[in-house]
Amino acid sequence: MTDVPPAPFRNEKALKRLKKRRAADTRFRLYGLSAIAFALAALSLLLVSILSQAISAATYHVVRYDVVLDPAVIAPAGKDKPADVARNIDGFYELLRSNLLQTFPDAQGNRLATRQLGDLVTRLAVLPVAKAVAANPTQIGQELTVKVPLNDDLDLYLKGAVSPEARVKLGAVEQGSETATGQVRLSGPNAFKGLQSLIATQRAEVGDAADARSILVTSGTATGRVVSLSADNLEMDLLAGSASDFQGTRPLARIIALPEAQRNVSDKQIAWTLALKDMGRISRVPHTSLLTNTDSTYPELAGALAAIVGSLLTMLVTGFIAIPVGIFASVYLEEFAPRNRLTEIIEVNINNLAAVPSIVFGLLGAAVFLGFFGLPRSAPLVGGLVLALLTLPTIIIASRAALKSVPPSIRAAALAVGASRMQSVFHHVLPVAGPGIFTGAILGMARALGETAPLLLIGMVAFVADVPSGPADESTALPVLVYSWATHAERAWEPMTAAVIVILLMFLITMNGIVVFLRRRFERRW
Amino acid sequence: MESTITESRETITAGTSMDETEGLTYPRIECKNINVSYGDKRAIFDISLPIPDRSVTALIGPSGCGKSTFLRCLNRMNDTIESCKVTGEIIMDGENINDPDIDPVLLRSRVGMVFQKPNPFPKSIFDNIAYGPRIHGLAATREDLDEMVEKSLRRAGLWEEVKDRLSSPGNSLSGGQQQRLCIARAIAVRPEVILMDEPCSALDPVATARIEELIDELRKRYCIVIVTHSMQQAARVSQRTAFFHLGELVEMGDTDQIFTNPRERRTEDYITGRFG
Ligand SMILES: Nc1ncnc2c1ncn2[C@@H]1O[C@H](COP(=O)(O)OP(=O)(O)O)[C@@H](O)[C@H]1O
Ligand SMILES: [Mg+2]
Repeated sequence: MTDVPPAPFRNEKALKRLKKRRAADTRFRLYGLSAIAFALAALSLLLVSILSQAISAATYHVVRYDVVLDPAVIAPAGKDKPADVARNIDGFYELLRSNLLQTFPDAQGNRLATRQLGDLVTRLAVLPVAKAVAANPTQIGQELTVKVPLNDDLDLYLKGAVSPEARVKLGAVEQGSETATGQVRLSGPNAFKGLQSLIATQRAEVGDAADARSILVTSGTATGRVVSLSADNLEMDLLAGSASDFQGTRPLARIIALPEAQRNVSDKQIAWTLALKDMGRISRVPHTSLLTNTDSTYPELAGALAAIVGSLLTMLVTGFIAIPVGIFASVYLEEFAPRNRLTEIIEVNINNLAAVPSIVFGLLGAAVFLGFFGLPRSAPLVGGLVLALLTLPTIIIASRAALKSVPPSIRAAALAVGASRMQSVFHHVLPVAGPGIFTGAILGMARALGETAPLLLIGMVAFVADVPSGPADESTALPVLVYSWATHAERAWEPMTAAVIVILLMFLITMNGIVVFLRRRFERRW
Repeated sequence: MESTITESRETITAGTSMDETEGLTYPRIECKNINVSYGDKRAIFDISLPIPDRSVTALIGPSGCGKSTFLRCLNRMNDTIESCKVTGEIIMDGENINDPDIDPVLLRSRVGMVFQKPNPFPKSIFDNIAYGPRIHGLAATREDLDEMVEKSLRRAGLWEEVKDRLSSPGNSLSGGQQQRLCIARAIAVRPEVILMDEPCSALDPVATARIEELIDELRKRYCIVIVTHSMQQAARVSQRTAFFHLGELVEMGDTDQIFTNPRERRTEDYITGRFG
């Protein structure tokens, strides 16, 4: 046992090689991990940015109005049939506007103020109310409580999305009185010291630009805009309420960073909104109208219903065409077609087709389906046909891969017991390949669901105010709605667009979920 | 197992009781001048071979010599290979099964096949067996079908092992059981001929022994052709042996004669392990 040769495992060279190999392994693992980390980071960035925008569109503000449905306004003689009432937007709007004028009588007699007050509610927002009343005419003449969305800009203001805002609680106001110049003076010992120092810090930050900022002082339903200020006295223009409202209270002051001239909402409108809120007439509710309304030029009224239905109809057409055609084509090519030049050419062309940019399919659809066959523009029928062409190669390729993965021994077994070729395919091969085929089909459909370019070209970008009732109706689709809402200038569309993206993602996640389920449930059971 | 066979009401057993028949009875299948080529490559050269009924014919020879190709001629499985061309006559029941008028689907219901690797359908044990009778309309009622499945499984010597789990998947069985399941599946369509292409090459010795026993049982009622690369197996299970080499039939005869007293030099060399 003494003359054992030195262990060959541990010489220096071997150790060095081992070290090198381990280093290579570690390096490779690191590359892989960082690739995954990068992908995950990109994905979560995307999700976070979309969700954080969409979340603000998940709720919105509605205003409650207790109105008497005065027949003279909403159903004047000669225009009192239900159909007329349903269309009488002016009448219902007038009801709400006069309700607001009663609430804020100061605005009366001032044209600008009246108009600004009227802007709190969008004219078209009364349409559902009009329809509801028309459907139930006994309500006419009665008192009715209606809830109508707040103007989108004020909604954004309440959500804090219009401008940064600094707030400070003032000291106790001992006296509030009107001055000779029609302003309001508040006084209280050292009541305004905090506000003064806040202004001083802001001036130190932004310089004279701080002067352009509105300083609103609010107590209950009353709000005024500060004109001049000392530690004990404050003078302001009254925007809502009266001087006495401030007496004996500790008002809240807010400095709005964005000057009034650069905002879509005036100080007055903010004051009214704050007052309505204080009266408990404004509530923040789930934004269900996003799912139940159709498109509108007003963000607070717009919804994605027409696009959702349009997308579903489009997918229906796509599925009905692409899935059977794709499956039959792949089954024929894989199981029955002779292997020769022709099938080779077909195969290469299908692969090429899968790589054609989608916009080309849109052009083709516009030329062939609209131009040659004269099918209706903007219809889910045409959209579905175009998307079917687009997904067909994907489905064929996926199905062929699924069929290829079925072991040939199963086919031989079926043939050997006297099954025909067709029986062998339909009884044995397709059931085994089924989950794979459907995975491909659903992934193809998911891709089609997100396609925008071809739909733009066949006119599915039109503004659609009605829910399409069939595949030949004018319609739009979710990705196209995203596109058109994203091109609007108004701020309020941003969260709305994000919300539609979230809806679209939900559809895609559902479809991918089905794929995962199919995989888990059926794959590889032999 | 013996009892189950005497119980059975199989019609094919009509005729003499030739249980211990050795050697050549009347030929069940008569192959005349079979040539097979894959594209330009010839795989079988002018083979003529009578195959006797109710006995086991073994095809032996080094790998690549065309045993499987020849076997597949007998149920026209070569039709499914596009490049494969078969010429020559294979007479069965007075008809040339290579005739274009013969429906290969019908032929395959009368000439069953068992493959090298067990290949049960990805379905239940019951459905594996019932599939053939179903597509051929052999069972009128559910009871018939149940009976047929039981009988086939009994014949394949698998009944006792699976009777309590007929609904579990066929591929949950062990390799040897799967192969017996495949044999039962072939039996279920009431074939007259059973082709086996190296049925034991994927099995362990115990499972192999069971299959060999089974083959010995089955030859009492079927004409069996088995390809094997194991000469011991050929010697154990077959009554007739044909030795193939490079696509030619070198020698055929009774198994005893081939193994004890081969006429050809090449046969002797192969049997004694000088090549292969
Ligand atoms: N599907 C096929 N296509 C082309 N050539 C084949 C095919 N199957 C078998 N061959 C060829 O035919 C010859 C005989 O093969 P095979 O019958 O499988 O031999 P064995 O079963 O005796 O091992 C071999 O040379 C093989 O390469
Ligand atoms: Mg072989």
